[in-house]
Amino acid sequence: MQATRDFSHYVRHLGSGLSHIDLAVEGVNCAGCMSKIERGLSALPDVTLARVNLTDRRVALEWKEGTLDPARFIDRLAELGYKAYPFEPVRAEADETERASFLLRCLGVAAFAAMNIMMLSIPVWSGNVSDMIPEQRDFFHWLSALIALPAAAYSGQPFFRSALRALRARTTNMDVPISIGIVMALAMSVAETIHHAEHAYFDAALMLLAFLLAGRYLDQSMRRKTRAVAGNLAALRGETATKFVGADEISVVPIAAVQAGDIVLLRPGERSAVDGSVVDGQSKIDQSLITGETLPVKAGPGTAVYAGTLNLSGALRVRVSAASEGTLLAEISRLLDNAVQSRSRYVQLADRASRLYAPVVHAAALLTMLGWAAFGATWHDAIVTAISVLIITCPCALGLAIPAVQTVVSGAMFRTGVLLNSGDAIERMAETGRVVFDKTGTLTLPELDVTNAADVPNDVFELAGRLALASHHPVAAAVARASGAKAPLAGVEEIAGQGVRGFVNGLEVRLGRPSFCGADQIANEILCRDPEASVVAFRHGETQHVFAVRQRLRTDAAGAIATLLKAGIEVEILSGDREPTVRHAAETLGIHEWRAGVTPADKIARIEELKRQGVKVLMVGDGMNDAPALAAAHVSMSPVSATHLSQATADLVFLGDRLAPVVTAIGFSRKALRLMRQNLWLAAGYNLLAVPLAIAGFATPLVAAAAMSGSSLLVILNALRAHRGAREFG
Amino acid sequence: MEVLVFLVPLALTLGAIGLMGFLWSLKNGQYDDLEGAGWRAIADDEPASQEPVPGSSTGTGRR
Repeated sequence: MQATRDFSHYVRHLGSGLSHIDLAVEGVNCAGCMSKIERGLSALPDVTLARVNLTDRRVALEWKEGTLDPARFIDRLAELGYKAYPFEPVRAEADETERASFLLRCLGVAAFAAMNIMMLSIPVWSGNVSDMIPEQRDFFHWLSALIALPAAAYSGQPFFRSALRALRARTTNMDVPISIGIVMALAMSVAETIHHAEHAYFDAALMLLAFLLAGRYLDQSMRRKTRAVAGNLAALRGETATKFVGADEISVVPIAAVQAGDIVLLRPGERSAVDGSVVDGQSKIDQSLITGETLPVKAGPGTAVYAGTLNLSGALRVRVSAASEGTLLAEISRLLDNAVQSRSRYVQLADRASRLYAPVVHAAALLTMLGWAAFGATWHDAIVTAISVLIITCPCALGLAIPAVQTVVSGAMFRTGVLLNSGDAIERMAETGRVVFDKTGTLTLPELDVTNAADVPNDVFELAGRLALASHHPVAAAVARASGAKAPLAGVEEIAGQGVRGFVNGLEVRLGRPSFCGADQIANEILCRDPEASVVAFRHGETQHVFAVRQRLRTDAAGAIATLLKAGIEVEILSGDREPTVRHAAETLGIHEWRAGVTPADKIARIEELKRQGVKVLMVGDGMNDAPALAAAHVSMSPVSATHLSQATADLVFLGDRLAPVVTAIGFSRKALRLMRQNLWLAAGYNLLAVPLAIAGFATPLVAAAAMSGSSLLVILNALRAHRGAREFG
Repeated sequence: MEVLVFLVPLALTLGAIGLMGFLWSLKNGQYDDLEGAGWRAIADDEPASQEPVPGSSTGTGRR
């Protein structure tokens, strides 16, 4: 059965006779790649647009409708040396992008207005100390008002909306004091202008908005970038399903185009990308990604298959079901919902700071007003002074203190292969007191590996590898990968359930079950020594060899665990796998606390128990059975090979085959939390200096402008330190 | 001081033109790929396509 690839699901028709498709491309990271791809793709006839986006690592293509098959682009990119896959922007990413672009528009408006008002303010400030006449001053003030009021009404929207939302919910957040400060500053400035006063604070209000919007934009663009990369990773897995479009006719379609009720073909060696139940065929399946159990189980008609299930031996026909129908999945998603709800109660550092901050500032302003009135000042003067206290304390530096650090740290983490799903994850990560690891796929590599490669001569290994390339079986794939063989043997015949065989120089070679190769005895010896390994035998003429294949710990796992333990962080394993396997892994890594054979509910129970003891848990896991535990933990991390559900639930995702990113991420987070706290203290210190000035009535617009930009620069410079030396703990 | 009659509207107009320019460039997708744009400026050869992503709500970079 030869299948066609059908990507029409991703193609959009632009109306003007053009078709459009977006591809996620792997490995584009320099200007050279960019022009190579663009030239390579434009060389295809009828392509009207090929443009690489280096930030998002994607390429946009347009061509005359109906002239090209999108699969051509993917083949062309493969020829150029890039792996690509069609990409469909998810709703969440589109929302993030829309928000980022709105914030940038607001920032642009606020910054332009602030600069133009400053241009009008400087003549007033210098005129006040020389020869400006009141009419000219009023004129400049009115001009400032003309620019400031519409600009603030537009660019203040993000703050006003969020403040209103908070007030309606009868809580307070950072945006409440910000909004009050800005509105009061503008109102007072208009009133003062009407009364021909010397000082108006239009410039301060707009400058404040511009600084705060810069902080918000940084925060937003960090999130957007993570989403884009996460979206690419999801797309580049290129998950497809082989769908039956006729009785015996199949077509390879992207997962997004598969619907409930469709019948898909699951070949041996393939991982299922859908949930469903088997309608036809007999096979063994590996559910380790879902349950953590590494031993294969039998599958026949009626067996439930989940996304992530690996089919080991025979071809299966699977009827696709809706995601919630499976009992295991329904159970997991119920646990997941509960866990997510319980975590949303975490209050971010910034909000905690503002809860403390807002009442203090507002009380100070009120006391200033009453104090001035009590000492005989007019109500007008008392109110003006009180408002100037509000303006100068408006949390300009406070608004930048945390996003600036988050942006720098997430950039630094990004370069070490850690992606952040949420901004406040950094704060929670820094508090980690205990790391709970899943075993399968987290402490171990997701792929199988040959453990006794050293016992087998190199030339034999390579020959076995070449033979293994002909088979889809995951154990054979492990042999092929470990041998590094590139050229498959020609004329290889697969014998279902037994293995593969071929001929080299007239001599028969076989790879498969020990009995198929007459190597039962050697295989039994190996299995006695290592009962958890899978074995595959190889026969070349009369010589026989047996490979032991098993999941291998990540290469740096022992080192990473040792670093964690040395830093005083407790480590524990919670695995759904059998006891001997888990015990072996724990002993190798020097982990004393471990539990084997735990169900998703047990995992949550254990994490809740730790929570009650006041332990802040970092859960690291990849399987679908880990997802609820990931959500329940204080903070969570997933390897990039994890199931969709786990990756979406985890706060951080790490790339690559090493475990070191877990350690680095904790190091970075601790450093970041330290800098955030420092920044908050810097902002508080600034207020300690500025508030007495304002209470005493010396806070002229000039002082306010200098103090605000000074303190903002200070916290940004401090945040930049997060780049350096984040590897050490402390 | 009569010169203010010209200078003030002039200053405001220039400011407005600047703002319009910024909003236009934003809408035109010029901030969508800052990293790539930086490299395009110093690329030796002509990139295959110099057109920014067209104005429809499409494209990798379009938001």
